[in-house]
Amino acid sequence: MAAKDKDRFVVALAGNPNAGKTTVFNNLTGGRQHVGNWPGVTVEKKEGTSKGGSLEFALVDLPGTYSLTAYSLEEVIVRDFIAGNKPDAVVNVVDASNVERNLYLTTQLLELGVPLIVALNMMDVAETRGVKIDVELLSELLGVPVVPVVALRNRGMDELTETIAMALRGEAKFRGIQVLYGREVEEEIAKLEEAIASDEALEKAFLGKYSARWLAVKLLEEDERVEEDIDRVEGPDAPVMKRLEESRRHLFTIFGEDIETVIVDNRYGFVAGIVREAVQRQREGYASRSDRIDNILTNRILGFPIFAFFMWLMFFLTFYLGKFPMRWIEALVKGFSNLVSTNITSPVWLHSLLVNGVIGGVGSVLIFLPQIFIIFICISILEDTGYMARAAFIMDRIMHWLGLHGKSFIPLVMGFGCNVPAVMATRTLESEKDRMITILVNPLMSCTARLPVYALFTAAFFAANQGTITFSLYLMGIILAIAMAKLFRKTLFRGESEPFVMELPPYRWPTAKGTVIHMWERGSLFLRKAGTVILAGSVIIWLLAYLPWGVAYGSSASIAGKIGHFFEPLVKPLGFDWRAVVALLFGFVAKEIVVSTFGALLGGGTRATISTKLQAIFTPLTAYTFMAFTLLYTPCLATVAVIRKETGSWKWAAFAVGYSLVLAWLVAFFIYRVGLLFGGK
Amino acid sequence: MRLGDLEPGATGTIEKMECRRQLRRRLMDMGVVCGTSFSVERVAPLGDPMELKLNGFNLSLRKEEAGDIWVEVPCE
Repeated sequence: MAAKDKDRFVVALAGNPNAGKTTVFNNLTGGRQHVGNWPGVTVEKKEGTSKGGSLEFALVDLPGTYSLTAYSLEEVIVRDFIAGNKPDAVVNVVDASNVERNLYLTTQLLELGVPLIVALNMMDVAETRGVKIDVELLSELLGVPVVPVVALRNRGMDELTETIAMALRGEAKFRGIQVLYGREVEEEIAKLEEAIASDEALEKAFLGKYSARWLAVKLLEEDERVEEDIDRVEGPDAPVMKRLEESRRHLFTIFGEDIETVIVDNRYGFVAGIVREAVQRQREGYASRSDRIDNILTNRILGFPIFAFFMWLMFFLTFYLGKFPMRWIEALVKGFSNLVSTNITSPVWLHSLLVNGVIGGVGSVLIFLPQIFIIFICISILEDTGYMARAAFIMDRIMHWLGLHGKSFIPLVMGFGCNVPAVMATRTLESEKDRMITILVNPLMSCTARLPVYALFTAAFFAANQGTITFSLYLMGIILAIAMAKLFRKTLFRGESEPFVMELPPYRWPTAKGTVIHMWERGSLFLRKAGTVILAGSVIIWLLAYLPWGVAYGSSASIAGKIGHFFEPLVKPLGFDWRAVVALLFGFVAKEIVVSTFGALLGGGTRATISTKLQAIFTPLTAYTFMAFTLLYTPCLATVAVIRKETGSWKWAAFAVGYSLVLAWLVAFFIYRVGLLFGGK
Repeated sequence: MRLGDLEPGATGTIEKMECRRQLRRRLMDMGVVCGTSFSVERVAPLGDPMELKLNGFNLSLRKEEAGDIWVEVPCE
């Protein structure tokens, strides 16, 4: 976690998922935000700066959570950040239309003993639902400032920043209210507290961060993290752990159910007490607009066709509409390339490096930028409206059968467009396992960059059945993705599948600001990558094709050519020669480069002449084998870079490359050999 | 009765949760505790998962998971 600036205040945002935390964050920080990952994990971390009066402070958006248990990564991040980094204030965004459940988290934030400010969001929705909240009384009962806001309409934000500023100046009132767990439990808490406080090693290890009471409550809740931490410091025979065992036994005989439930019930009891006093409900059983929309969108008969339509629309917008700006960028890159080409002619190597390496490589990847932006606008809208949760709801039955989660579906479908945004889209998945599997099998979904390869080869060898052959490749990718997902689930990512316990948030209109920010933060991530990893990769490939000095670019005598010859024995069993190796090697930068490489290797010419020349080195059987290999072998450079980024490790990026190479070889070998058996050539 | 056996339109209260510890805690943290009343809103087009309404919000869970939750349904 970033070290806290001494002279800068840090404020954290916490709250339930769908409580409007992100909207509050966007309102307070505007464009001044930075997206990264929490150290060591793939959970997104957002930071920005904001101002309250003349006071500037850093705002950290914590993951949305319902609780602060040790069960989920997000919840551990929230409590570790609050306890370890000691932010100067924590703003708890509470959905006013759903106070009970939201205040349950508030009680746990209060227990952490931080200066808490409650931002009571969606007051307007609450009112239309007939919920009236006495804000002053609520503030009195919670012992912290409460600010009513409507984040979507940017209302109440000034009051909120003023309150934050007051808290930072030490002028806000915090009464430090605690949830009480009833006499029997409190007695045990007191005993445990004493055992913790009298243990010097524990005091040194924890008490700067957590209070003895908090640790005691967590121990009673059977919090695995706290138990492990104590184990590490004291070993399993610590007096505290002995005390804990006695307490648990004692309480179990009294309540007849586990203490975790007793504690949770007490927190809800505390919340219920507050709600009884400060909240008035005028209407019960109100069917909201959202329910009426759902009667259509998740309808048993209409649900699927509507979902399919939205998917189609997303594809259409991304890949059809995206084509136009793509052409402009292509033209721009070409123009730039020509400009460089005519102006920097010597030395020759520099000319080649710039034109073939840098511009050729980075340019071929930059072309995807419009698609990436459009797809993220679509995803952002799907998420912000609340439809994404419904899509998962509709698709879960099928995805569960694959050992995945309903939310895996959209990233997989997007893979047909481009694996890069598709891998990024897995961010919507909460389970690390589901996410890893979805990322790893994603490159098997045949992206549009592979289409030019199919187009070239089917035209040359299967002119009569181009469509069928191409379709068979897509189908092969899907079947292998399913098989690999099942395999990974059974081997690398074993264990119970993630339960599908998900809130279906009310439908909301997305805001233009939120959508643009969302789109920009993901799109710019890709841009940055184009400037770094992809640039480096392109230069390396160029070096391979250019060196040693004086040989023709990418020819048999170049390093790339030599690599081709070197690996020829490896692809011989598949019916390929060295030129295929070179094409595939270059295709690593972007798969459509396979086509242009063949163009160069075969001495160029029109599409028709290349077709004829291809027929000299491939047969229909080896051509099909080659297409299958191109489909399956290693994700392209941009995808590998994104996998590295999204999984947080080179290990998984390397694994994605490794397993797909092996898979490609095996499948190609199978196709070729079986084809030979049946009399193919 | 088990929650997983209920049809859309049914209402009742949560009686007992026999789910795995982690899942049970997750449900409790979301407000599914004993005594909570709920209604079954709908099931997904493919028959699973199901959607409940409780405490003013909508929750979806698989029938498999709902099978471990015992509920009390008012007599007709």
